[in-house]
Amino acid sequence: MLEVKNIGFTVENENGGGSLEIIEDVSFTLEDGKFLVITGPNGGGKSTLARLIMGIEKPTKGEILYNGTDITNLSITERAKLGIGYAFQQPPRFKGLTVRKLLSLAHGSDLPENECCSYLTRVGLCSMDYLNREVDTSLSGGEVKRIEIATLMARNLGLAIYDEPEAGIDLWSFSMLVQSFRDIAAERNESVMIISHQERIMQLADDILVIADGKIRSFGTKEEILPTLLGEFDSKCSLRGDGNA
Amino acid sequence: MLNITDKNLLDRISDFSSIPVGASYNIRKNGQGVERSTNEKVLITNKTDKPGIDITVLPETKGEKIYIPVIITEEGVSDKVYNDFYIGENADVTIIAGCGIHNSGCNESRHEGIHRFFIGKNARVVYIEKHYGEGEGTGEKILNPETAVYMEENSVCEMESVQIKGVDSTKRNTVAKLGKNAKFIVTERLMTHGKQIADSDMTIELNGEGASAQIISRSVAKDESKQVFYPKAVGNAPCSAHVQCDSIIMDNAGIRSIPEIAANHAEAAIIHEAAIGRINNEQLLKLMTFGMTPEEAEEIIIQGFLN
Repeated sequence: MLEVKNIGFTVENENGGGSLEIIEDVSFTLEDGKFLVITGPNGGGKSTLARLIMGIEKPTKGEILYNGTDITNLSITERAKLGIGYAFQQPPRFKGLTVRKLLSLAHGSDLPENECCSYLTRVGLCSMDYLNREVDTSLSGGEVKRIEIATLMARNLGLAIYDEPEAGIDLWSFSMLVQSFRDIAAERNESVMIISHQERIMQLADDILVIADGKIRSFGTKEEILPTLLGEFDSKCSLRGDGNA
Repeated sequence: MLNITDKNLLDRISDFSSIPVGASYNIRKNGQGVERSTNEKVLITNKTDKPGIDITVLPETKGEKIYIPVIITEEGVSDKVYNDFYIGENADVTIIAGCGIHNSGCNESRHEGIHRFFIGKNARVVYIEKHYGEGEGTGEKILNPETAVYMEENSVCEMESVQIKGVDSTKRNTVAKLGKNAKFIVTERLMTHGKQIADSDMTIELNGEGASAQIISRSVAKDESKQVFYPKAVGNAPCSAHVQCDSIIMDNAGIRSIPEIAANHAEAAIIHEAAIGRINNEQLLKLMTFGMTPEEAEEIIIQGFLN
Protein backbone atom coordinates (compact mmCIF):
# COMPACT_ATOMS: atom_id res chain seq x y z
CA MET A 1 0.00 0.00 0.00
CA LEU A 2 1.20 3.47 -0.86
CA GLU A 3 0.39 6.26 1.56
CA VAL A 4 1.16 9.81 0.56
CA LYS A 5 0.82 12.10 3.57
CA ASN A 6 0.65 15.88 3.26
CA ILE A 7 3.51 16.12 0.83
CA GLY A 8 4.67 19.41 -0.53
CA PHE A 9 7.35 20.32 -3.03
CA THR A 10 8.72 23.82 -3.27
CA VAL A 11 11.47 25.08 -5.54
CA GLU A 12 13.40 28.30 -5.39
CA ASN A 13 12.47 30.74 -8.11
CA GLU A 14 15.22 30.96 -10.70
CA ASN A 15 15.30 34.75 -10.77
CA GLY A 16 15.63 34.90 -7.03
CA GLY A 17 12.05 36.04 -6.46
CA GLY A 18 11.11 33.73 -3.60
CA SER A 19 9.91 30.18 -3.92
CA LEU A 20 7.36 28.34 -6.04
CA GLU A 21 5.06 25.68 -4.67
CA ILE A 22 4.69 22.87 -7.22
CA ILE A 23 2.90 20.41 -4.93
CA GLU A 24 0.93 21.55 -1.92
CA ASP A 25 -0.32 19.34 0.88
CA VAL A 26 -1.22 16.28 -1.19
CA SER A 27 -2.46 13.17 0.62
CA PHE A 28 -3.95 9.98 -0.75
CA THR A 29 -3.72 6.22 -0.40
CA LEU A 30 -3.32 3.56 -3.08
CA GLU A 31 -4.37 0.11 -1.91
CA ASP A 32 -2.57 -3.02 -3.13
CA GLY A 33 -3.68 -4.19 -6.54
CA LYS A 34 -5.67 -1.05 -7.24
CA PHE A 35 -5.55 0.97 -10.43
CA LEU A 36 -5.27 4.73 -9.92
CA VAL A 37 -5.44 7.29 -12.70
CA ILE A 38 -4.06 10.74 -12.00
CA THR A 39 -5.37 13.43 -14.28
CA GLY A 40 -5.68 17.19 -14.44
CA PRO A 41 -4.52 20.18 -16.47
CA ASN A 42 -1.00 20.42 -17.83
CA GLY A 43 1.42 22.00 -15.41
CA GLY A 44 -0.76 21.00 -12.46
CA GLY A 45 1.90 18.84 -10.79
CA LYS A 46 1.02 15.29 -11.96
CA SER A 47 4.49 14.34 -13.19
CA THR A 48 6.11 15.97 -10.18
CA LEU A 49 3.93 13.86 -7.91
CA ALA A 50 5.02 10.70 -9.76
CA ARG A 51 8.68 11.73 -9.56
CA LEU A 52 8.31 12.39 -5.83
CA ILE A 53 6.97 8.87 -5.33
CA MET A 54 9.80 7.33 -7.38
CA GLY A 55 12.36 9.43 -5.48
CA ILE A 56 13.59 11.41 -8.49
CA GLU A 57 12.59 14.49 -6.55
CA LYS A 58 12.47 14.75 -2.75
CA PRO A 59 9.46 16.37 -1.08
CA THR A 60 10.08 19.48 0.97
CA LYS A 61 7.21 18.54 3.29
CA GLY A 62 5.27 15.46 4.33
CA GLU A 63 6.03 11.79 4.05
CA ILE A 64 5.56 8.82 1.73
CA LEU A 65 4.99 5.32 3.12
CA TYR A 66 5.19 2.17 1.06
CA ASN A 67 3.95 -1.03 2.67
CA GLY A 68 4.28 0.67 6.02
CA THR A 69 7.91 1.75 5.49
CA ASP A 70 8.76 5.43 5.41
CA ILE A 71 10.46 5.86 2.03
CA THR A 72 10.53 9.67 2.04
CA ASN A 73 14.29 9.81 2.33
CA LEU A 74 15.15 6.67 0.35
CA SER A 75 17.03 6.96 -2.93
CA ILE A 76 15.60 5.98 -6.32
CA THR A 77 17.68 2.79 -6.20
CA GLU A 78 16.34 1.81 -2.79
CA ARG A 79 12.75 2.46 -3.82
CA ALA A 80 13.26 0.46 -7.01
CA LYS A 81 14.53 -2.44 -4.93
CA LEU A 82 11.36 -2.26 -2.84
CA GLY A 83 9.36 -2.86 -6.03
CA ILE A 84 8.48 0.61 -7.31
CA GLY A 85 8.86 1.22 -11.05
CA TYR A 86 8.44 4.31 -13.18
CA ALA A 87 7.86 4.69 -16.91
CA PHE A 88 9.14 8.08 -18.01
CA GLN A 89 7.00 10.48 -19.98
CA GLN A 90 9.97 11.11 -22.25
CA PRO A 91 12.14 8.01 -21.95
CA PRO A 92 15.86 8.50 -22.52
CA ARG A 93 17.57 6.67 -25.38
CA PHE A 94 20.70 4.61 -25.00
CA LYS A 95 23.31 4.32 -27.72
CA GLY A 96 24.55 0.77 -27.92
CA LEU A 97 21.97 -0.83 -25.64
CA THR A 98 19.65 -3.21 -27.42
CA VAL A 99 15.98 -3.58 -26.59
CA ARG A 100 16.71 -7.07 -25.31
CA LYS A 101 19.50 -5.82 -23.06
CA LEU A 102 17.32 -3.03 -21.70
CA LEU A 103 14.52 -5.47 -20.89
CA SER A 104 17.05 -7.78 -19.21
CA LEU A 105 18.43 -4.89 -17.16
CA ALA A 106 14.88 -4.03 -16.10
CA HIS A 107 14.24 -7.66 -15.19
CA GLY A 108 17.47 -7.85 -13.20
CA SER A 109 18.86 -10.87 -15.07
CA ASP A 110 19.12 -12.15 -18.61
CA LEU A 111 15.60 -12.42 -19.95
CA PRO A 112 14.84 -15.35 -22.26
CA GLU A 113 13.98 -14.42 -25.81
CA ASN A 114 10.42 -15.71 -25.61
CA GLU A 115 9.71 -13.56 -22.55
CA CYS A 116 11.17 -10.46 -24.21
CA CYS A 117 9.00 -11.19 -27.22
CA SER A 118 5.89 -11.58 -25.18
CA TYR A 119 6.38 -8.17 -23.49
CA LEU A 120 7.07 -6.49 -26.82
CA THR A 121 4.04 -8.07 -28.42
CA ARG A 122 1.90 -6.79 -25.59
CA VAL A 123 2.97 -3.22 -26.30
CA GLY A 124 2.24 -3.68 -29.99
CA LEU A 125 5.76 -4.19 -31.32
CA CYS A 126 6.65 -7.04 -33.61
CA SER A 127 9.22 -8.57 -31.32
CA MET A 128 11.69 -10.15 -33.72
CA ASP A 129 12.18 -6.81 -35.47
CA TYR A 130 13.05 -5.07 -32.25
CA LEU A 131 14.97 -7.43 -29.96
CA ASN A 132 18.40 -6.56 -31.32
CA ARG A 133 17.72 -2.97 -32.22
CA GLU A 134 19.43 -0.30 -30.20
CA VAL A 135 17.28 1.99 -28.08
CA ASP A 136 18.71 5.03 -29.84
CA THR A 137 17.48 7.80 -32.10
CA SER A 138 16.70 5.29 -34.87
CA LEU A 139 13.51 4.46 -32.96
CA SER A 140 10.50 6.73 -33.20
CA GLY A 141 9.05 8.44 -30.14
CA GLY A 142 6.12 6.02 -30.10
CA GLU A 143 8.42 3.00 -30.29
CA VAL A 144 10.54 4.25 -27.40
CA LYS A 145 7.40 4.85 -25.34
CA ARG A 146 6.20 1.32 -25.94
CA ILE A 147 9.59 -0.15 -25.05
CA GLU A 148 9.48 1.94 -21.89
CA ILE A 149 6.17 0.34 -20.94
CA ALA A 150 7.63 -3.10 -21.70
CA THR A 151 10.51 -2.43 -19.29
CA LEU A 152 7.99 -2.08 -16.48
CA MET A 153 6.25 -5.29 -17.53
CA ALA A 154 9.61 -7.06 -17.38
CA ARG A 155 10.00 -6.14 -13.72
CA ASN A 156 8.39 -7.74 -10.75
CA LEU A 157 6.76 -4.70 -9.21
CA GLY A 158 4.53 -3.87 -6.33
CA LEU A 159 3.80 -0.41 -7.69
CA ALA A 160 4.08 0.59 -11.35
CA ILE A 161 3.90 4.27 -12.22
CA TYR A 162 3.30 5.29 -15.85
CA ASP A 163 3.64 8.92 -16.84
CA GLU A 164 1.35 9.59 -19.82
CA PRO A 165 1.97 6.25 -21.53
CA GLU A 166 -0.31 7.20 -24.40
CA ALA A 167 1.70 10.29 -25.42
CA GLY A 168 3.13 9.83 -28.92
CA ILE A 169 1.32 6.56 -29.54
CA ASP A 170 -1.06 6.38 -32.49
CA LEU A 171 -4.70 5.59 -31.97
CA TRP A 172 -4.47 2.06 -33.37
CA SER A 173 -1.68 1.10 -31.02
CA PHE A 174 -3.44 2.90 -28.23
CA SER A 175 -6.31 0.36 -28.24
CA MET A 176 -3.78 -2.40 -27.85
CA LEU A 177 -2.10 -0.55 -25.04
CA VAL A 178 -5.39 -0.08 -23.24
CA GLN A 179 -5.91 -3.82 -23.52
CA SER A 180 -2.43 -4.43 -22.09
CA PHE A 181 -3.16 -2.22 -19.10
CA ARG A 182 -6.46 -4.02 -18.64
CA ASP A 183 -4.56 -7.34 -18.61
CA ILE A 184 -1.95 -6.00 -16.20
CA ALA A 185 -4.70 -4.87 -13.87
CA ALA A 186 -6.44 -8.24 -14.10
CA GLU A 187 -3.45 -10.60 -13.94
CA ARG A 188 -1.04 -8.97 -11.59
CA ASN A 189 -1.40 -7.94 -8.07
CA GLU A 190 0.67 -4.84 -8.60
CA SER A 191 -0.74 -1.44 -7.88
CA VAL A 192 -0.82 0.76 -10.94
CA MET A 193 -0.64 4.52 -11.04
CA ILE A 194 -1.12 6.07 -14.47
CA ILE A 195 -0.96 9.72 -15.35
CA SER A 196 -3.32 10.14 -18.25
CA HIS A 197 -5.75 12.41 -20.01
CA GLN A 198 -7.47 9.59 -21.86
CA GLU A 199 -11.00 8.64 -20.98
CA ARG A 200 -10.39 5.03 -22.07
CA ILE A 201 -7.61 4.72 -19.55
CA MET A 202 -9.72 6.39 -16.88
CA GLN A 203 -12.37 3.78 -17.60
CA LEU A 204 -9.89 1.14 -16.35
CA ALA A 205 -9.37 2.89 -13.02
CA ASP A 206 -10.56 1.92 -9.61
CA ASP A 207 -9.82 5.40 -8.36
CA ILE A 208 -9.22 8.76 -9.99
CA LEU A 209 -7.20 11.63 -8.55
CA VAL A 210 -7.54 15.05 -10.14
CA ILE A 211 -4.66 17.46 -9.57
CA ALA A 212 -4.63 21.13 -10.48
CA ASP A 213 -2.32 23.92 -9.35
CA GLY A 214 -0.38 21.43 -7.22
CA LYS A 215 -3.40 20.53 -5.12
CA ILE A 216 -5.89 17.69 -5.11
CA ARG A 217 -9.06 18.95 -6.72
CA SER A 218 -10.93 15.69 -6.31
CA PHE A 219 -10.18 12.11 -5.36
CA GLY A 220 -12.54 9.16 -5.32
CA THR A 221 -13.71 6.09 -7.13
CA LYS A 222 -14.08 6.14 -10.89
CA GLU A 223 -17.84 6.11 -10.44
CA GLU A 224 -17.67 9.19 -8.27
CA ILE A 225 -15.17 11.21 -10.28
CA LEU A 226 -15.46 10.30 -13.94
CA PRO A 227 -19.04 11.52 -14.64
CA THR A 228 -18.19 14.92 -13.19
CA LEU A 229 -14.97 15.09 -15.19
CA LEU A 230 -16.69 14.13 -18.43
CA GLY A 231 -19.46 16.65 -17.75
CA GLU A 232 -16.79 19.30 -17.24
CA PHE A 233 -15.11 18.41 -20.54
CA ASP A 234 -18.45 18.47 -22.38
CA SER A 235 -19.29 21.90 -21.12
CA LYS A 236 -15.88 23.25 -22.14
CA CYS A 237 -15.58 21.61 -25.54
CA SER A 238 -18.43 22.37 -27.84
CA LEU A 239 -18.49 20.47 -31.10
CA ARG A 240 -19.62 23.64 -32.81
CA GLY A 241 -16.32 25.20 -31.86
CA ASP A 242 -17.84 28.04 -29.85
CA GLY A 243 -16.68 26.71 -26.49
CA ASN A 244 -13.92 28.20 -24.47
CA ALA A 245 -11.63 25.12 -24.27
CA MET B 1 56.56 -21.54 -24.43
CA LEU B 2 53.51 -19.67 -23.29
CA ASN B 3 52.90 -19.23 -19.57
CA ILE B 4 49.73 -18.26 -17.69
CA THR B 5 50.29 -14.49 -18.06
CA ASP B 6 50.82 -14.97 -21.78
CA LYS B 7 47.67 -17.01 -22.14
CA ASN B 8 45.61 -14.51 -20.13
CA LEU B 9 46.88 -11.67 -22.28
CA LEU B 10 46.17 -13.62 -25.44
CA ASP B 11 42.66 -14.34 -24.26
CA ARG B 12 42.09 -10.67 -23.51
CA ILE B 13 43.01 -9.58 -26.98
CA SER B 14 42.02 -12.48 -29.21
CA ASP B 15 39.92 -15.10 -27.38
CA PHE B 16 42.93 -17.27 -27.97
CA SER B 17 41.74 -20.26 -25.99
CA SER B 18 38.90 -20.70 -28.44
CA ILE B 19 41.01 -20.86 -31.61
CA PRO B 20 39.45 -23.53 -33.81
CA VAL B 21 41.55 -26.56 -34.63
CA GLY B 22 43.27 -26.12 -37.98
CA ALA B 23 43.07 -22.31 -37.97
CA SER B 24 46.12 -20.34 -39.03
CA TYR B 25 47.86 -18.29 -36.40
CA ASN B 26 51.07 -16.53 -35.55
CA ILE B 27 51.92 -15.47 -32.01
CA ARG B 28 54.55 -12.84 -31.43
CA LYS B 29 55.99 -12.34 -27.96
CA ASN B 30 58.51 -9.70 -26.89
CA GLY B 31 59.56 -9.05 -30.45
CA GLN B 32 59.90 -12.68 -31.56
CA GLY B 33 57.58 -15.08 -33.34
CA VAL B 34 56.94 -17.91 -30.86
CA GLU B 35 54.23 -20.10 -32.35
CA ARG B 36 52.77 -20.49 -35.79
CA SER B 37 50.32 -22.69 -37.59
CA THR B 38 49.32 -22.45 -41.21
CA ASN B 39 47.09 -24.41 -43.53
CA GLU B 40 46.76 -24.89 -47.27
CA LYS B 41 44.60 -21.77 -47.71
CA VAL B 42 46.46 -19.30 -45.54
CA LEU B 43 50.22 -18.94 -45.81
CA ILE B 44 52.28 -17.12 -43.21
CA THR B 45 55.92 -16.40 -43.99
CA ASN B 46 58.61 -14.28 -42.38
CA LYS B 47 59.73 -11.12 -44.08
CA THR B 48 63.35 -11.23 -45.10
CA ASP B 49 64.19 -7.54 -45.06
CA LYS B 50 62.59 -6.43 -41.78
CA PRO B 51 60.73 -7.87 -38.79
CA GLY B 52 57.26 -9.07 -39.62
CA ILE B 53 55.25 -11.52 -41.66
CA ASP B 54 53.39 -11.83 -44.92
CA ILE B 55 49.98 -13.40 -44.65
CA THR B 56 48.64 -14.65 -47.94
CA VAL B 57 45.04 -15.78 -48.23
CA LEU B 58 44.51 -17.72 -51.42
CA PRO B 59 41.68 -16.72 -53.77
CA GLU B 60 38.27 -18.27 -53.07
CA THR B 61 39.15 -19.02 -49.43
CA LYS B 62 35.94 -18.83 -47.41
CA GLY B 63 35.23 -18.76 -43.68
CA GLU B 64 38.82 -18.96 -42.40
CA LYS B 65 39.77 -17.24 -39.17
CA ILE B 66 43.34 -16.06 -38.88
CA TYR B 67 44.86 -15.10 -35.51
CA ILE B 68 47.91 -12.86 -35.28
CA PRO B 69 48.17 -11.66 -31.67
CA VAL B 70 51.16 -9.85 -30.24
CA ILE B 71 52.08 -9.82 -26.57
CA ILE B 72 54.74 -7.99 -24.63
CA THR B 73 55.43 -9.21 -21.12
CA GLU B 74 58.79 -7.63 -20.39
CA GLU B 75 59.60 -4.04 -19.57
CA GLY B 76 61.79 -1.99 -21.87
CA VAL B 77 60.74 -3.84 -25.04
CA SER B 78 60.34 -1.74 -28.15
CA ASP B 79 58.86 -3.86 -30.90
CA LYS B 80 58.19 -2.60 -34.41
CA VAL B 81 56.71 -5.11 -36.79
CA TYR B 82 55.61 -4.97 -40.42
CA ASN B 83 52.76 -7.27 -41.37
CA ASP B 84 51.31 -7.42 -44.87
CA PHE B 85 48.07 -9.16 -45.72
CA TYR B 86 47.37 -10.27 -49.27
CA ILE B 87 43.75 -11.30 -49.61
CA GLY B 88 42.98 -13.19 -52.80
CA GLU B 89 39.98 -12.57 -55.05
CA ASN B 90 36.60 -13.77 -53.76
CA ALA B 91 38.05 -14.73 -50.39
CA ASP B 92 36.01 -14.14 -47.25
CA VAL B 93 38.03 -14.26 -44.04
CA THR B 94 38.22 -12.90 -40.50
CA ILE B 95 41.52 -11.72 -39.07
CA ILE B 96 41.82 -11.39 -35.34
CA ALA B 97 44.77 -9.29 -34.32
CA GLY B 98 45.53 -7.41 -31.15
CA CYS B 99 48.25 -6.44 -28.80
CA GLY B 100 48.47 -7.01 -25.07
CA ILE B 101 51.17 -5.55 -22.87
CA HIS B 102 51.92 -6.71 -19.35
CA ASN B 103 54.45 -4.34 -17.87
CA SER B 104 55.41 -4.82 -14.23
CA GLY B 105 58.58 -2.76 -14.47
CA CYS B 106 59.43 0.90 -14.60
CA ASN B 107 60.65 1.13 -18.18
CA GLU B 108 58.24 1.62 -21.06
CA SER B 109 57.08 -1.21 -23.32
CA ARG B 110 56.13 -0.26 -26.82
CA HIS B 111 54.63 -1.98 -29.83
CA GLU B 112 54.30 -0.45 -33.25
CA GLY B 113 52.37 -2.61 -35.67
CA ILE B 114 52.60 -1.45 -39.27
CA HIS B 115 49.91 -3.31 -41.16
CA ARG B 116 49.07 -3.21 -44.84
CA PHE B 117 46.09 -4.92 -46.42
CA PHE B 118 45.82 -5.63 -50.13
CA ILE B 119 42.27 -6.81 -50.67
CA GLY B 120 41.52 -8.41 -54.01
CA LYS B 121 38.40 -8.15 -56.16
CA ASN B 122 35.15 -9.28 -54.51
CA ALA B 123 37.01 -10.28 -51.35
CA ARG B 124 35.73 -9.57 -47.88
CA VAL B 125 37.81 -9.12 -44.76
CA VAL B 126 36.69 -8.67 -41.20
CA TYR B 127 39.60 -7.35 -39.14
CA ILE B 128 39.29 -7.22 -35.38
CA GLU B 129 42.00 -5.61 -33.31
CA LYS B 130 42.00 -5.29 -29.53
CA HIS B 131 44.51 -3.36 -27.51
CA TYR B 132 45.02 -3.94 -23.84
CA GLY B 133 47.56 -3.07 -21.18
CA GLU B 134 48.08 -4.33 -17.65
CA GLY B 135 50.74 -4.63 -14.98
CA GLU B 136 51.42 -2.80 -11.75
CA GLY B 137 54.72 -1.21 -12.84
CA THR B 138 55.19 2.45 -13.60
CA GLY B 139 56.62 1.71 -17.05
CA GLU B 140 54.37 3.10 -19.77
CA LYS B 141 52.50 0.81 -22.15
CA ILE B 142 52.55 2.34 -25.60
CA LEU B 143 50.81 1.11 -28.74
CA ASN B 144 51.15 2.91 -32.04
CA PRO B 145 49.45 1.02 -34.86
CA GLU B 146 49.64 2.13 -38.47
CA THR B 147 47.24 0.57 -40.89
CA ALA B 148 46.91 0.97 -44.64
CA VAL B 149 44.12 -0.70 -46.62
CA TYR B 150 44.10 -0.97 -50.40
CA MET B 151 40.78 -2.16 -51.73
CA GLU B 152 40.06 -3.43 -55.21
CA GLU B 153 36.73 -3.55 -57.03
CA ASN B 154 33.75 -4.81 -55.01
CA SER B 155 35.86 -5.65 -51.99
CA VAL B 156 34.59 -5.18 -48.46
CA CYS B 157 36.59 -4.46 -45.33
CA GLU B 158 35.06 -4.27 -41.88
CA MET B 159 37.60 -3.09 -39.39
CA GLU B 160 36.94 -3.00 -35.71
CA SER B 161 39.46 -1.67 -33.26
CA VAL B 162 38.96 -1.68 -29.54
CA GLN B 163 41.09 -0.23 -26.78
CA ILE B 164 39.36 -0.53 -23.49
CA LYS B 165 41.95 -0.50 -20.79
CA GLY B 166 45.46 0.03 -19.64
CA VAL B 167 47.23 1.57 -22.64
CA ASP B 168 49.05 4.72 -21.53
CA SER B 169 49.64 6.22 -24.88
CA THR B 170 48.41 5.38 -28.34
CA LYS B 171 48.82 7.03 -31.67
CA ARG B 172 46.86 5.37 -34.42
CA ASN B 173 47.10 6.10 -38.07
CA THR B 174 44.76 4.53 -40.57
CA VAL B 175 44.67 5.07 -44.31
CA ALA B 176 42.29 3.39 -46.74
CA LYS B 177 42.07 3.71 -50.53
CA LEU B 178 38.88 2.39 -52.04
CA GLY B 179 38.39 1.21 -55.59
CA LYS B 180 35.16 0.81 -57.57
CA ASN B 181 32.22 -0.32 -55.42
CA ALA B 182 34.53 -1.07 -52.52
CA LYS B 183 33.01 -0.80 -49.08
CA PHE B 184 34.92 0.12 -45.95
CA ILE B 185 33.41 0.13 -42.49
CA VAL B 186 35.62 1.08 -39.61
CA THR B 187 34.52 1.13 -36.00
CA GLU B 188 36.83 2.46 -33.36
CA ARG B 189 36.00 2.05 -29.70
CA LEU B 190 38.19 3.59 -27.11
CA MET B 191 38.24 4.23 -23.42
CA THR B 192 40.96 6.19 -21.70
CA HIS B 193 41.51 6.75 -18.01
CA GLY B 194 44.16 8.09 -15.65
CA LYS B 195 46.56 10.28 -17.56
CA GLN B 196 46.34 8.31 -20.80
CA ILE B 197 46.64 9.90 -24.19
CA ALA B 198 45.02 8.62 -27.38
CA ASP B 199 45.39 10.10 -30.80
CA SER B 200 43.70 8.74 -33.90
CA ASP B 201 44.20 9.93 -37.45
CA MET B 202 42.27 8.37 -40.26
CA THR B 203 42.18 9.16 -43.94
CA ILE B 204 39.75 7.37 -46.21
CA GLU B 205 40.05 8.05 -49.93
CA LEU B 206 37.09 6.98 -52.02
CA ASN B 207 38.62 6.73 -55.48
CA GLY B 208 36.29 4.38 -57.37
CA GLU B 209 32.74 4.88 -58.56
CA GLY B 210 30.23 3.45 -56.08
CA ALA B 211 32.73 3.26 -53.23
CA SER B 212 31.29 3.72 -49.76
CA ALA B 213 32.72 4.19 -46.30
CA GLN B 214 31.38 4.37 -42.82
CA ILE B 215 33.62 5.63 -40.04
CA ILE B 216 32.25 5.18 -36.56
CA SER B 217 34.15 6.32 -33.53
CA ARG B 218 32.85 5.86 -30.01
CA SER B 219 34.95 6.88 -27.07
CA VAL B 220 34.85 7.50 -23.37
CA ALA B 221 37.44 9.70 -21.68
CA LYS B 222 37.73 9.50 -17.89
CA ASP B 223 39.92 11.09 -15.21
CA GLU B 224 42.61 13.32 -16.70
CA SER B 225 42.91 11.48 -20.02
CA LYS B 226 43.10 13.17 -23.39
CA GLN B 227 41.80 12.06 -26.79
CA VAL B 228 42.13 13.55 -30.25
CA PHE B 229 40.29 12.26 -33.31
CA TYR B 230 40.97 13.34 -36.83
CA PRO B 231 38.90 11.29 -39.26
CA LYS B 232 39.03 12.48 -42.82
CA ALA B 233 36.93 11.24 -45.74
CA VAL B 234 37.84 12.30 -49.27
CA GLY B 235 35.48 11.60 -52.16
CA ASN B 236 37.25 11.52 -55.51
CA ALA B 237 34.45 9.74 -57.43
CA PRO B 238 30.68 9.24 -57.25
CA CYS B 239 30.67 7.73 -53.76
CA SER B 240 29.21 8.01 -50.30
CA ALA B 241 30.75 8.27 -46.86
CA HIS B 242 29.50 8.82 -43.36
CA VAL B 243 31.72 9.86 -40.47
CA GLN B 244 30.28 9.63 -37.01
CA CYS B 245 32.26 10.53 -33.88
CA ASP B 246 30.58 10.22 -30.53
CA SER B 247 32.30 10.74 -27.22
CA ILE B 248 31.38 10.67 -23.57
CA ILE B 249 33.49 12.96 -21.46
CA MET B 250 33.88 12.53 -17.70
CA ASP B 251 35.83 13.97 -14.77
CA ASN B 252 38.64 16.26 -15.95
CA ALA B 253 39.24 14.62 -19.30
CA GLY B 254 39.67 16.41 -22.62
CA ILE B 255 38.49 15.39 -26.09
CA ARG B 256 39.07 17.00 -29.45
CA SER B 257 37.17 15.73 -32.44
CA ILE B 258 38.05 17.21 -35.80
CA PRO B 259 36.25 15.40 -38.61
CA GLU B 260 37.12 16.54 -42.10
CA ILE B 261 35.16 15.80 -45.22
CA ALA B 262 36.27 16.65 -48.71
CA ALA B 263 34.72 16.10 -52.14
CA ASN B 264 36.52 16.31 -55.45
CA HIS B 265 33.59 15.02 -57.47
CA ALA B 266 30.09 16.49 -57.83
CA GLU B 267 28.49 13.13 -57.08
CA ALA B 268 30.36 12.48 -53.88
CA ALA B 269 27.99 12.51 -50.89
CA ILE B 270 29.86 12.81 -47.63
CA ILE B 271 28.40 13.45 -44.22
CA HIS B 272 29.91 13.91 -40.82
CA GLU B 273 28.44 14.02 -37.37
CA ALA B 274 30.38 14.64 -34.20
CA ALA B 275 29.23 14.94 -30.61
CA ILE B 276 30.91 15.18 -27.24
CA GLY B 277 28.90 15.21 -24.05
CA ARG B 278 28.68 13.84 -20.60
CA ILE B 279 26.37 11.00 -19.59
CA ASN B 280 22.78 12.11 -19.80
CA ASN B 281 21.22 12.44 -16.36
CA GLU B 282 17.91 10.95 -17.51
CA GLN B 283 19.76 7.79 -18.62
CA LEU B 284 21.22 7.43 -15.13
CA LEU B 285 17.81 8.03 -13.52
CA LYS B 286 16.17 5.46 -15.79
CA LEU B 287 18.64 2.74 -14.86
CA MET B 288 18.41 3.68 -11.20
CA THR B 289 14.66 3.05 -11.40
CA PHE B 290 15.67 -0.53 -12.29
CA GLY B 291 17.42 -0.74 -8.90
CA MET B 292 20.97 0.10 -9.98
CA THR B 293 23.23 2.40 -8.02
CA PRO B 294 24.44 5.52 -9.88
CA GLU B 295 27.86 3.84 -10.29
CA GLU B 296 26.35 0.65 -11.73
CA ALA B 297 24.16 2.70 -14.06
CA GLU B 298 27.18 4.66 -15.28
CA GLU B 299 29.08 1.45 -15.96
CA ILE B 300 26.19 0.00 -17.98
CA ILE B 301 25.84 3.18 -20.04
CA ILE B 302 29.56 3.19 -20.84
CA GLN B 303 29.64 -0.52 -21.64
CA GLY B 304 26.61 -0.18 -23.90
CA PHE B 305 28.04 2.90 -25.60
CA LEU B 306 31.32 1.12 -26.30
CA ASN B 307 29.40 -2.13 -26.88
